[in-house]
Amino acid sequence: MSVFVWIETFEGKASPTSWEALGAKSTLANGLGTDVTALIFGENAEALAQEAAKYGANKVIVSTDATLKDWRVEAYAALLTKLVQDHKPQVVIAVGTSRARELLASSAADTDSAMLTEAVELSVDGSRVKVVRPVYAGKILSDAAADTANGTVFLTIRGRAFKPNAINEGASAEVTQVDAVATEDSLNTKVEAFEASTGTVNLTDAAIIVSGGRGMANNPKDPPDGVADPAVWKAQDGYANVLQPLCDVLGAALGASRAAVDAGYIPYAHQVGQTGKTVSPDLYIACGISGAIQHLAGMRTSKVIVAINKDAEAPIFKMANYGIVGDLYKVVPALTAELKKRLGK
Amino acid sequence: MHVVVFTRSTPDTAAKVEVDGSGAVIWGNAATVVNPWDEYALEEAIVQAKNGGGKATVIALGGEMHNDALKHSLAMGLDEAIRIDDPELDPTDSLAYATAAAAAVNKIGDVDLVIFGKESVDVGTDQHTYMLARKLGWTMLSYVSKILEVDYAAKTIKVEKMYEQGKQVVTSKLPAVISVMKEINEPRYPSFIGIRKAGKATIPVWSLADLGASLPDKKVDVLAFNNPPTKDVVVEMIEGEPEEQAAKLVDKLLEEKVL
Ligand SMILES: Cc1cc2nc3c(=O)[nH]c(=O)nc-3n(C[C@H](O)[C@H](O)[C@H](O)COP(=O)(O)OP(=O)(O)OC[C@H]3O[C@@H](n4cnc5c(N)ncnc54)[C@H](O)[C@@H]3O)c2cc1C
Ligand SMILES: Nc1ncnc2c1ncn2[C@@H]1O[C@H](COP(=O)(O)O)[C@@H](O)[C@H]1O
Repeated sequence: MSVFVWIETFEGKASPTSWEALGAKSTLANGLGTDVTALIFGENAEALAQEAAKYGANKVIVSTDATLKDWRVEAYAALLTKLVQDHKPQVVIAVGTSRARELLASSAADTDSAMLTEAVELSVDGSRVKVVRPVYAGKILSDAAADTANGTVFLTIRGRAFKPNAINEGASAEVTQVDAVATEDSLNTKVEAFEASTGTVNLTDAAIIVSGGRGMANNPKDPPDGVADPAVWKAQDGYANVLQPLCDVLGAALGASRAAVDAGYIPYAHQVGQTGKTVSPDLYIACGISGAIQHLAGMRTSKVIVAINKDAEAPIFKMANYGIVGDLYKVVPALTAELKKRLGK
Repeated sequence: MHVVVFTRSTPDTAAKVEVDGSGAVIWGNAATVVNPWDEYALEEAIVQAKNGGGKATVIALGGEMHNDALKHSLAMGLDEAIRIDDPELDPTDSLAYATAAAAAVNKIGDVDLVIFGKESVDVGTDQHTYMLARKLGWTMLSYVSKILEVDYAAKTIKVEKMYEQGKQVVTSKLPAVISVMKEINEPRYPSFIGIRKAGKATIPVWSLADLGASLPDKKVDVLAFNNPPTKDVVVEMIEGEPEEQAAKLVDKLLEEKVL
């Protein structure tokens, strides 16, 4: 009996939010009276096993088979399903990234098990696991439960909703190496190429996000002659030379509204909102964003929201903790300069 | 060659959704729309069926509310629409959904490609797609941003798919289940003729008996819906010239300990 936690890795490193699942898992394991087993698959898994121990895993199961090097759900799910069938853990938990959701849902289907996604709160009541999860883009909270007495419960938690355990340098864990289940020949997919995302900070992991909306097009700088679309040029110049420097001092990720994405100012990967990323940073700075309901849906749970908008009536001010009415092209550079001074950068 | 696409209706994203006194989720008289993520899936189904010289069928599971999404799909140009509904089919039970959906794909037969949108914009469970793929025993290709090549004769597909850290180019055997991102295409608007045709269409309803599906035990209980605690923010406006505003804001943010 155990609580399994899948530690997501990329190129031999644990994803930044992965350890949060061990934090949440400890709550569960205490409630259910079991220990915690970390599952680490792929490159460098053995070295990461010791890191997992420091974050609270009692045991670690690793597999470094070559079929697990690239992310392929069929290879990962075959192994997870086998481990679940062999060990019958009460819970399998992971931080709900796109890979985790896919992996856990696949094994839940293989084993006809309960699956609860996007939990922001967790509790244990006897053998039942209860979660609170936001639905309707956070307009409503749903309470749901599944009973570990009926089999394994698969659970994903929202990134940044739980804190990782404090590191215990002296801790160690029993590490077991297992073979992969799928062989290369049995797999239907081949990864031909991989292109890493550009951009320094991942939006969903970010503690601070600076976002720019359609207002980015009101850049006072003149585009060079012959530019096809001056508005696009102005906005892109603004992201690169006005918002990015602010991101750099803050260690922040760069976000955007859908209007800015649709206008071709910035790639879709940066979109925050109901049809973009749901984020929950400590600080969200919205620049030239009006605050449409679909945008708010993606960032309303941010701890502190700052809005910079030239229109005092913009709805974003109703959601913000701090508001500045003004031209972002004046306010943001001033803010960047001030932060550089104050944070000693 | 047959392409199947799944869709459902969701409340308009601008609707004020809330929980009423009886604990039910309501959205006033706001319209329901086709799940916005599915417009890309529907478009891709039309394109792929045409390229493969086959047919595109759209399926929704659940009550009559989902006829709206199905009619929208027909108006866009899908060949056929089917709704799966049964008193025993609980819309909150994803395992049951996947089991019934897999039975429907098998009943249609000759299906090479099943297409989904990224997620449901309302309940956002993001699991139906993967569960269906496993119930069918087919390859899952999630978050596809581009289909590079499909060979329906050789039964192979090559796609670009995304996850947080980057983009993979993957080749796979068909049949496969794919979920698509908005980069994949530009969904068409329903045509006037399409809307008229869809308006007149009667949508067949398949029961679990029609599918010959027996459902796994229900494992998840949805206990309650609640309105989130209202966040009583009173915005503090920061006045002055940009330099003063910047200095005051930094003071506040340091106090809030978010830097
Ligand atoms: C199905 C659906 C899904 C959607 N999903 C999303 C989503 O995921 N995310 C999302 O963001 N939107 C989404 N939307 C779109 C949403 O409704 C809004 O259209 C969009 O958020 C508006 O973006 P914006 O605030 O950048 O643009 P606008 O509403 O045009 O606002 C621009 C703002 O910039 C201000 N401004 C202009 N110049 C300056 C300047 N120099 N300095 C300071 N301020 C300035 C203006 O005062 C204005 O308030 C969705 C819509 C639909 C129908
Ligand atoms: N009841 C349903 N009928 C048809 N398609 C659905 C249903 N529920 C979810 N889907 C589709 O499954 C995909 C993933 O949804 P979800 O797992 O609910 O986030 C989306 O494309 C949805 O439209």
